[in-house]
Amino acid sequence: MSAPTYDLGKLHGGLRLDAHKSQSTARPIMDVPVPGQLVLPIGQHVGDPAQPIVGIGEYVLKGQLIAEVHGTLGAPVHASSSGKVVSIEPWPVARRFGEPAPCIVIECDGKDRPVELAEIAPAFDELPPDVLLQKILHGGIVGLGGAVFPTAQKLMQATTCDLDYLLLNGVECEPYISCDDVLMRERAAEVLGGAQILMHALSIDRCYIVVESDKPEALHRLAEVMAELDDERLVLKLVPTIYPSGGEDQLVQLVTNLEVPSAGLPTDIGCLVQNVGTAAAIYDWIHDQEPLISRVTTITGNGVAAPMNVRARIGTTVADVVNFVGGYTEHASQLIMGGPMTGKSVNTDRVPLVKATNCVLIMSETPSPGPEIACIRCGECAAVCPVQLLPQQLFWYACADDEKSLRSYGLTDCIECGCCDLVCPSHIPLTADFRKAKGRIRELADEKARAVRARQRFEARNERLERDKRQREQELARQKKHAKAAGPAAIAEILKRKQQQKEDED
Amino acid sequence: MKFVRHEAPYVAPVADVASMMRQVLFALVPAGLVHVWYFGPGFIFNLIVASIFCIAGEVIMMRIRGRSPAKALSDYSALVTAALLAFALPSLTPWWVTATGALFGIVVAKHLYGGLGFNVFNPAMAGYVVILVAFPMYLNVWVAPRMGDIDYQYLSFLQTLGYTLTGTLPDSATIDAISRATPLDAMKSGLNNMRTIAEIRALPLMGDFGGRGWEWIGNLTAVGGFWLLIRKIIRWHIPVGVGIGLLLPATIMYLVGPDSNPGPTFHLFGGATILCAFFIATDPVSAATSPKGRLIYGIGIGILIYAIRRWGAYADGVAFAVLLMNMAVPAIDYLTRPHIVGHDEQGQQP
Repeated sequence: MSAPTYDLGKLHGGLRLDAHKSQSTARPIMDVPVPGQLVLPIGQHVGDPAQPIVGIGEYVLKGQLIAEVHGTLGAPVHASSSGKVVSIEPWPVARRFGEPAPCIVIECDGKDRPVELAEIAPAFDELPPDVLLQKILHGGIVGLGGAVFPTAQKLMQATTCDLDYLLLNGVECEPYISCDDVLMRERAAEVLGGAQILMHALSIDRCYIVVESDKPEALHRLAEVMAELDDERLVLKLVPTIYPSGGEDQLVQLVTNLEVPSAGLPTDIGCLVQNVGTAAAIYDWIHDQEPLISRVTTITGNGVAAPMNVRARIGTTVADVVNFVGGYTEHASQLIMGGPMTGKSVNTDRVPLVKATNCVLIMSETPSPGPEIACIRCGECAAVCPVQLLPQQLFWYACADDEKSLRSYGLTDCIECGCCDLVCPSHIPLTADFRKAKGRIRELADEKARAVRARQRFEARNERLERDKRQREQELARQKKHAKAAGPAAIAEILKRKQQQKEDED
Repeated sequence: MKFVRHEAPYVAPVADVASMMRQVLFALVPAGLVHVWYFGPGFIFNLIVASIFCIAGEVIMMRIRGRSPAKALSDYSALVTAALLAFALPSLTPWWVTATGALFGIVVAKHLYGGLGFNVFNPAMAGYVVILVAFPMYLNVWVAPRMGDIDYQYLSFLQTLGYTLTGTLPDSATIDAISRATPLDAMKSGLNNMRTIAEIRALPLMGDFGGRGWEWIGNLTAVGGFWLLIRKIIRWHIPVGVGIGLLLPATIMYLVGPDSNPGPTFHLFGGATILCAFFIATDPVSAATSPKGRLIYGIGIGILIYAIRRWGAYADGVAFAVLLMNMAVPAIDYLTRPHIVGHDEQGQQP
């Protein structure tokens, strides 16, 4: 076993936040029983929503494919338990802050009957890498750290790059969230097994398992399993507990001391980052043939009676899960899907847990910090920005809608971590403003692209008309020349014919 | 169940402008007390007059601009301006002089530029410079610092109040009897009269290292300044920059010509150097904004202070140095943009 190492690069800024994690890590992971009804959104991932392939009234089995990849980027959806499809209808979802999106609703029969499996799954290292990648595509696996990028496509893209490292992200820097921590404690073997599958699929021979310093139990357990595996490609890396060191680009910077190029990917500098939960999900699919139909989620905050980590079927509603952990307390007035820094505030507990749901945070309302006042340029926001932006300047340009300056000051590099909001003494909602400004920049770019297309069409049309006109003129000139060459008699003949034609028409 | 919806992040901000400004005011208390000890109660009258007119200016301007005066007053920034102006003025200053500076600072330098956050110039220094130009004679009357060993007349509480209200001294006192040159003035005129540094420094009002009274105001201002640094209300870049910008040329010149150039400690403790480094130049609104920019901004102020003291017509140069560097802020900010993570050396997206 190799000892955890500290030779790290530097991350600019960041914040040490109150962790609030111990309240949910005190208990082991508990399994939430299959609920009476499952709600499965067809758009749980980045890219195009999956296409339902089941009809209403159809009986489906646990693990059965119910919506397949549609378009170039996406992931399939599987039934999380057995039962009858009762409807395919818009349902409130977390991705849209509680607004409805198409979901497949299954009424469970409680029998949890699985699809028939191949007798024995072939060992992953007997499969050629490309077959393994194809197989991962069918598991419905997406990035479980919260970004929900379809894993198979991320891996396909990575095969086109020269890869040096696989980084397994077990940093989980956002307060309250502890699902990766407990997963590493309880399922370290599966996490590391997933890492081995990934290394095989991509022919990488170095994997850093990166864990934050505030997770000693997880670290200890990983080290134990690594000693058993005796795989020298696996190396533990300890990183300091600073938010947002778990962001993909920030993690790469910390571990390799290399900067991920702006608008680029970690694979551009030879790194592939996967969340530890994703690795475990890959292991479950390749080794045990279980597609992504459940995940570990932290249910926490002062709004729930017994904060804990649960393993719940994808599609279980928040209401059902909260019921399982003992219901709400009187403090439950805010429901956040995700963590307190980047999560999505949702207005109803009818939303289902999805592949992205690493945390359900239910808490009392954030105390109002007082009115927003003008920026006093104190520069604290710039001091904490992990990307080394100048939020105070960006804010100025965002107010002025100055697209050019926003771009040159790096608005599109903002990772929306929320650090600047926390330190702003003027209580300016900087992250929200930047999100809006990014939206406007995208709109402007779309508008520009549309204008370019319209101009191209217009110019093509003009050119076509011009060409037609020229051709007509050439034809006319040719005819004239022909007639002249034939002499006066021929002209008289033509005129006579024209006259005749006219009379016939009359 | 229904829930309220907000935008991320959902963690309450930790900092607050009003609390920052309050702490700046607290940090000035020790220096203020020492000021009163050495130069009499005039400082308190100046502070009261400056506060009244800063608040009045703020209220009137917010009304005219159609905004809530309570909102502006609740950030305490007008009181910080008043306090800094009071520190800049001699303890004997007639009320209308103080009022002119306070009103100009708040009305013109602050609100005509758009209020807190938009003012290009430091309001307190803009107000002080207007006084310097409009009422230079009142800025020459510094009462002698409390010291047992020289002959001077001490004004009572009521006599000081009388001067603040009327601008006239009681019949029993004359300007010459109560006032002394400031150390910086004494240095300047001494050097002009071809005296050596050693001779000038031997004057009792020169104190131990930077002027009787002044050096202790400086010390306690520094205590307040370090407290602000520890509380992270200010960052180190500007104070260090001012120090480097002033002390480096002062040291070099002192080493080159110790007879005609006062040493670095005199520059550090004489005049308003320490107040400038920790409290005036660190006004975030009118300062540069990036760490590197702030260091450059501070160094610029330090160099200008030295240049004005050494070669200029004025004894101290803090106000002009700050205002001049305020003007350079947009350029400094533009030229010191930090490297954005993931961009190449030219600052472009690769």
